[in-house]
Amino acid sequence: MISVNNLTKMFGDFKAVDGISFDVAKGEIFGFLGANGAGKTTAIRILCGLSKATSGSGHVAGCDIITQSEDIKRNIGYMCQKFSLYEDLTVWENMELYGGIYGMKTKDVHLRAEQLLKEVDFYEHRNDLVKSIPTGWRQKLAFTVANIHSPKVIFLDEPTGGVDPLTRRQFWSMIRKTAAEGTTVFVTTHYMDEAEYCDRVSIMVDGKIMALDTPAALIEKFGVSSMDEVFRNLARNAVRNE
Amino acid sequence: MNRLLYFIKKESLHILRDIRTLLVVIGIPILLMLLFGFAISTDVNNINVAVCAPVRAESIEKVISEMDNSELFTFKGYVNPDEIDRALRSGKVGIVVVFADDYDRIVSGRIPDEKAVQIVLDGSNPNVAASGAAYLTAMLGGMGSEAGLVENHILYNPQMKSAYNFVPGILGLIFILVCAMMTSISIVREKELGTMEVLLVSPVKPIWIILSKMVPYFLLSCINLISTLLIAKFALGVPMTGSIFGIIFISLTYILLSLGFGLLVSTVTDKQMVALLISGMILMLPIMMFSGMLFPVENLPAVLKPFSYIVPARWYIDAMRKLMIEGLEFSGVILEFSILCFMTVGILRVALMKFNDRLE
Amino acid sequence: MGVLRTLIIKEIRQFRRNPFMPKLVVMFPLMLILVMPWIATMDVKGINVGIADYDRSDISQKIVSRIDASEYLELKGMFADYPSALAELEDGKIDLILEIPAGFGKSMMGTPEKVSIWANGVNAMKGSLGSQYLMQTLLKCFQDIRASRGLSIPESTIETVNFYNPTMDYKHYMIPAIIIMLLVMVGGFLPAINLVMEKELGTIEQINVSPVNRFAFTLSKLIPFWIICLIDLGICMVLAWLVYGLDVAGSIWAILLAAALFIMVISSIGVILANLSETMQQTMFLMLFIILTFILMSGLYTPVESMPLWAQKLAFCLPPTYMVELMRAVYLKGATISDLWINYVALGGFAVLFGVLAAITYKKRG
Repeated sequence: MISVNNLTKMFGDFKAVDGISFDVAKGEIFGFLGANGAGKTTAIRILCGLSKATSGSGHVAGCDIITQSEDIKRNIGYMCQKFSLYEDLTVWENMELYGGIYGMKTKDVHLRAEQLLKEVDFYEHRNDLVKSIPTGWRQKLAFTVANIHSPKVIFLDEPTGGVDPLTRRQFWSMIRKTAAEGTTVFVTTHYMDEAEYCDRVSIMVDGKIMALDTPAALIEKFGVSSMDEVFRNLARNAVRNE
Repeated sequence: MNRLLYFIKKESLHILRDIRTLLVVIGIPILLMLLFGFAISTDVNNINVAVCAPVRAESIEKVISEMDNSELFTFKGYVNPDEIDRALRSGKVGIVVVFADDYDRIVSGRIPDEKAVQIVLDGSNPNVAASGAAYLTAMLGGMGSEAGLVENHILYNPQMKSAYNFVPGILGLIFILVCAMMTSISIVREKELGTMEVLLVSPVKPIWIILSKMVPYFLLSCINLISTLLIAKFALGVPMTGSIFGIIFISLTYILLSLGFGLLVSTVTDKQMVALLISGMILMLPIMMFSGMLFPVENLPAVLKPFSYIVPARWYIDAMRKLMIEGLEFSGVILEFSILCFMTVGILRVALMKFNDRLE
Repeated sequence: MGVLRTLIIKEIRQFRRNPFMPKLVVMFPLMLILVMPWIATMDVKGINVGIADYDRSDISQKIVSRIDASEYLELKGMFADYPSALAELEDGKIDLILEIPAGFGKSMMGTPEKVSIWANGVNAMKGSLGSQYLMQTLLKCFQDIRASRGLSIPESTIETVNFYNPTMDYKHYMIPAIIIMLLVMVGGFLPAINLVMEKELGTIEQINVSPVNRFAFTLSKLIPFWIICLIDLGICMVLAWLVYGLDVAGSIWAILLAAALFIMVISSIGVILANLSETMQQTMFLMLFIILTFILMSGLYTPVESMPLWAQKLAFCLPPTYMVELMRAVYLKGATISDLWINYVALGGFAVLFGVLAAITYKKRG
């Protein structure tokens, strides 16, 4: 579903992303880990067509990331670090908006929105303004909105930042459910306990991918007891500090 | 005090890192001054005139060339009687002069009680129409000799450059923009982004945080003051024979006042959009309308005149005109200065009180 | 089409829920059209004149009474000499000094004694208009005196006909211009603010990652404000008729067509600025600069013909120049679309140019 080959992004002399390569299969939950400043967000922005790669190649949902960035957008959902639903619209109106943007028929949008909201028990609050909804819920709703058009791939950039543990767990069960339906989920995080929910993880340090495997395999390879320790082993050698 | 310096440094870095905004804030006042200093003229000049003359007599040609030679009129060609309305309507000309068939004979008095010339005016702009008609009448009626009986002198601004008028007006506007609008936006922006909370929980007194936000904008305004004064003096040739000390002193007072406005606006709201609308609607428009920047205060109808007294820019612009153009000493603007001081103290007091209220 | 509709519905919902916007777009035109014409009037009335009469003859008496009777001039005082009058002028109590030299009355017909007008040039407009009025009054006065002695060419051979603004009401001249000012402010600022807000709040990121076409997105920012501006235009036109008795001399459709094009131009400029800037501060400062330039250079405030040649050339690169000329011609003179086709073509050209630029400058991919 996603395949990337030797992707590099330069900002002046600074290599934010330094020749990364990986493949993600359909229905996989792919964890994209790294310390702050390791280049995760830059990489995800390239994959979503928000930013242009300096060199390298890649495909997302069968479209070339260099030349077909607008086609990619049709097939992906994206939820960014910063909360970005419209606060002065209701939940329902946000869903209508994004459904419409992806060219869905109004009837289909309503059906899909009803189904998704009922799954998370939010259907009766659908006419609340987003600004009146607590943070934990907003995060879940943002995910729902990113999923409204049944995309092939969903990109989540630090979706659980600032969310309490209980909500995080609920959030991850939503992710797994979505993946079970065949959607590929590409998620960045720096909570290492979350990494263990992923099918496979990559760990990025200083713009390079230093490790890529299932969490269990990585723990075994480094001879430690948790992902946290794997990460600390790798991050110790980082040059960039932030 | 040391902590305050840290905050000032932080604010200055915000501004210095944002090169684009910096360029815009420093460059635009200079552009405005040059553009309007050289381009705008309130004189009535070069009115386009067409002539409708059935007979192209020598005497008529003489009148036309006299007209074309004057600065007031530009001769645009001949029209037929049925084209007069269209020429005026489409705005190609402002005046059509229609000569009678028997122009020569009427003027020489051989045919009494006949009109020799008809001046058809585009009256949509009354000023242009009135002065155009008056001068044409004088020219055609051979009143040239009487016109010679009057000598016109203009005091203080002999070339009647409108630039002289604009300089104080532009300064008055820029300071409100930079100090009030930009300060309030920058404070409210921090509230919106939530970074203000972080600053407010620090052990520094809130008021120092706010003051530190104002210092860089104060300095920016000083740069603007210097650049505009230099342009006024050396590029536009505004005399500035009055007290330089007075000009700077009264400008600084006005800058403080504007900063006070900015603070006041930022205490009223925590949305950038609202801050913007308030400074735009409640500060900008009245300045343009009531301060004498564009339209003379004397022209205001009696009902509206009181409004101009409460607009600080009006007093500032008045004082600056006296100092920069009339060349009065500082003692000549004591009244304006006292009013500005009074307003400044008042605004700052209210702003600080509201600011403290909100924190409690 | 479906995407555009969705986006416009979103804008309308946000607009209606905003606590300020709906009030603003109604209050602003009301305020502007009710107050502004009274302020923007530039027929300077009540110019204060002081006379320093060294002559004290019949003729100087005639001049004095003539000035006293003038509608525009106000006789504020008689002074013994020029210096005492000058002191009053410096105090701002009078704007003009008329100095009549000793012996002027006797010499008027022969020797070159001259009266002098001294005008305070600090306010250039008041100075020049004032001295013009005084000059006209004097010329008429002299002519009368001459005619009474049988020396003058009769003024009666010259007839003045005034088209279009028979009451010579300066307010009527300014109202079309004020409507344009309103369109520039509402149509320019609102889309710019709206777009920059989306940038600052980060909501635009979510749009950028969707397949929305840049033209659809740009249009969704232009169309709602285009409608708002047309409503404001309607409010202004009705008020101008009710309050000032100003009716459109030409066709209302001619005005609507021009306004439709012009709003497109202005809103596109607002969108371009918002696309190019990163923060609210930048956008606002640039927008203000452009609006000031538009207001001052387009002939809305001072005639374009009075500017130096380079400034005139510049003025003809600015869209409002065409709009100001057009609005005044249609509103006051009843000009038709065919009279003003150049203006319409120019506005249409600008609308296409800036509309495309607005879409191009919107970058989905940084």
